[in-house]
Amino acid sequence: MSKVEDSPDEDGGMRLITCAGTGCVSSGSLDVHEALAERIAELEDEDVEVALQGSESEADADVPTVGGAHAHISGCHGFCEEGPLLRIEPEGILYTGVTTDDVDDIVERTVKGGEIIEDLCYHTSDDGVYTREEDIPFYSGQKRIVLSNSGHVDPECIEDYENEGGYDGLERAVAEMAPDEVWQEVKDAGLRGRGGAGFPTGLKWEFAAGQDADQKYVVANCDEGDPGAFMDRSLVEGDPHRLVEGMAIAGYATGASKGIVFIRAEYPLAVERIKGAIEDAQEAGYLGEDLFGTGFDFDLEVKKGAGAFVSGEETALIKSIEGKRGMPDPRPPYPVESGLWGQPTTINNVETLGNVPEIIRHGADWFADIGAEDSPGTKTFAVTGDVENTGLIEVPLGITLREAIYDVAGGVVGDEFKAVQIGGPSGGCLAEQHLDMPMTFDSLQEAGAMIGSGGLVVMDESTCMVEVARYFLSFTQEESCGKCPPCRVGTKRMLEILEKFTAGEATEEDLERLEELSEYVADSSLCGLGKTAPTPVDTTLRYFRDEYEAHLEGECPAGECDFDDSADESSEQDETSEPMEGVQ
Amino acid sequence: MASNNAVAATAEFELDEDELEAALSEVPAGQEGVLPALHEAQEMYGYLPEAALEKIAEVCDTPLSEVVGVATFYDHFSLQPQGDHTIRVCTGTACHVNGADDTLEELQSELDITPGEVTDDGAFTLTTVRCVGACGLAPVVMVDDDVEGSTTPEDVPAMIEKYREGGD
Repeated sequence: MSKVEDSPDEDGGMRLITCAGTGCVSSGSLDVHEALAERIAELEDEDVEVALQGSESEADADVPTVGGAHAHISGCHGFCEEGPLLRIEPEGILYTGVTTDDVDDIVERTVKGGEIIEDLCYHTSDDGVYTREEDIPFYSGQKRIVLSNSGHVDPECIEDYENEGGYDGLERAVAEMAPDEVWQEVKDAGLRGRGGAGFPTGLKWEFAAGQDADQKYVVANCDEGDPGAFMDRSLVEGDPHRLVEGMAIAGYATGASKGIVFIRAEYPLAVERIKGAIEDAQEAGYLGEDLFGTGFDFDLEVKKGAGAFVSGEETALIKSIEGKRGMPDPRPPYPVESGLWGQPTTINNVETLGNVPEIIRHGADWFADIGAEDSPGTKTFAVTGDVENTGLIEVPLGITLREAIYDVAGGVVGDEFKAVQIGGPSGGCLAEQHLDMPMTFDSLQEAGAMIGSGGLVVMDESTCMVEVARYFLSFTQEESCGKCPPCRVGTKRMLEILEKFTAGEATEEDLERLEELSEYVADSSLCGLGKTAPTPVDTTLRYFRDEYEAHLEGECPAGECDFDDSADESSEQDETSEPMEGVQ
Repeated sequence: MASNNAVAATAEFELDEDELEAALSEVPAGQEGVLPALHEAQEMYGYLPEAALEKIAEVCDTPLSEVVGVATFYDHFSLQPQGDHTIRVCTGTACHVNGADDTLEELQSELDITPGEVTDDGAFTLTTVRCVGACGLAPVVMVDDDVEGSTTPEDVPAMIEKYREGGD
């Protein structure tokens, strides 16, 4: 991921890049950036030749610098727990946990003296010290394509993106390729949707391109709802132009002139960054009419979601954009045939679109060579739970869970490894025996799980798997839109049974009913939410059945379930329950 | 306990039609404008007063029943007056496994309200949110647009004090 050699500062000046992702901002990184910018401005007064290129002063970007220092901001590095992060280029040094108190020291010793302050560098729990970001095991085991710019470019500066080859892919697609060559390239690359199901992106585009319609649309699904997954937020905050470019290419390939970024209202910073990027791209001529003088028109707008998990389902998402209740429709027709206002609509996940500019720039073969044969490329995972380093990682598909958890995330902390929950509320819980299984779309599906959006929750022996299933089901149950009974009533009944388990009141009959319902809800629900809601239950039943059986005997092997307290909670829930036959 | 101020505010609310109409001038025509309009109105008033919903129905040329249906479908919108500050406790996976419940409990006891309610002095609304995507800092609490990371029950009094003093 090293970008040090081709740093945009051709004069070789030092760049002090403070992370301004949501995580670091909340740890106080903007104060650090301002203090640094101020001190560097003072150096200028002291006749040390420097120029400031901060987020607020893009107009100053042309100020010539001679061996000067710049204070910059960047998007998320994915290493939020160590923030605020300060990256120093061209050396690629990473300072962690930087506060305003450290600023004077940094300016005196590092900016002026060229010294690396070891105390600020990343320390592992066994006292290893790493000065360069790229050498930290958390990063050295990664392969960054969609996140290659995150933590490095200024997300509010289009020139930074251009300096990294940004918009070259769009220009190549629009000016040199026919639309069918573009979708063919994406198809040949083998890119599969990163939002969950892994549908081949090029094939989706081909379907959309084949539709005959006056108006077609491209939609970026940034209604990132899975709890524990934040790759879309990170990507949009850190490298928003990548999404703009990916969407414009999708528009060209499918024949759409309008694109919509549908993004969660809970991500205010990401909303601001993508809006800013769209404006800058319009001004620079990457969006608008007659792009690159070819007659191709494409423009983007942003629509904010309003906090409904089901809106991430593509037919429900369409309803939300149309201003309706976000409830799903049966498919077919698929959105590529009849989507927004009945027009062909291509809906892609943000990470999927983030791969597109690179595929067009480097070619299908380059992409197909990365990762696994049936699942080329990389995937981002949000790693959390009982691991040494939590955060956002991007690794080649096909690596094993063990490599991701032990080599990149630094291994399990606490007790012994017990399970890993992959793919959020729609995903499954895998056990020790899966650690050496390569992670691909298909292998995970065979194991009963799914990559989903890429949440990876690592759990140690102290975690009760029945409680984990209950937690995820309580989430999907609450988010069920209520349109179809299998999901509305089925998840409710399943949750009640799980609550009986965690309260120590479940019977043999409950276990049988839970299995039965699990199958029924998965088979007969209308949309993806209901179809996948039982997955956490299904996989824990499959791989941790002994824990369910222990609960029948009034014992929680992990010691997590408090059988007395939780009994009260479950009776409270009954107030809202709906009788199976109940039509009022 | 829910706030009496909140009830009083609903009764007292008088819509400045011109002001709202001006704010809605940019929203797309027809039903497509409903969600953006609801966002605008909620940003202006902190919640969606009945009179504002009626106005939105008129501006977006959409039946009021439909507008109310949309407003009640999405968690982000509230038909009740909100406190000056909204405290959202993340209950996403990372926060859940890192003790979000403890922080939530402490907030409930400090503010003397349960999620969905407003404090008596109208300063705070407490609510839960499914994931704010700042999982590296779990457990996370969002106050208005600010993210407070690595929260513990011990942090709660200071957090409340900070926003109470900061006004709105």
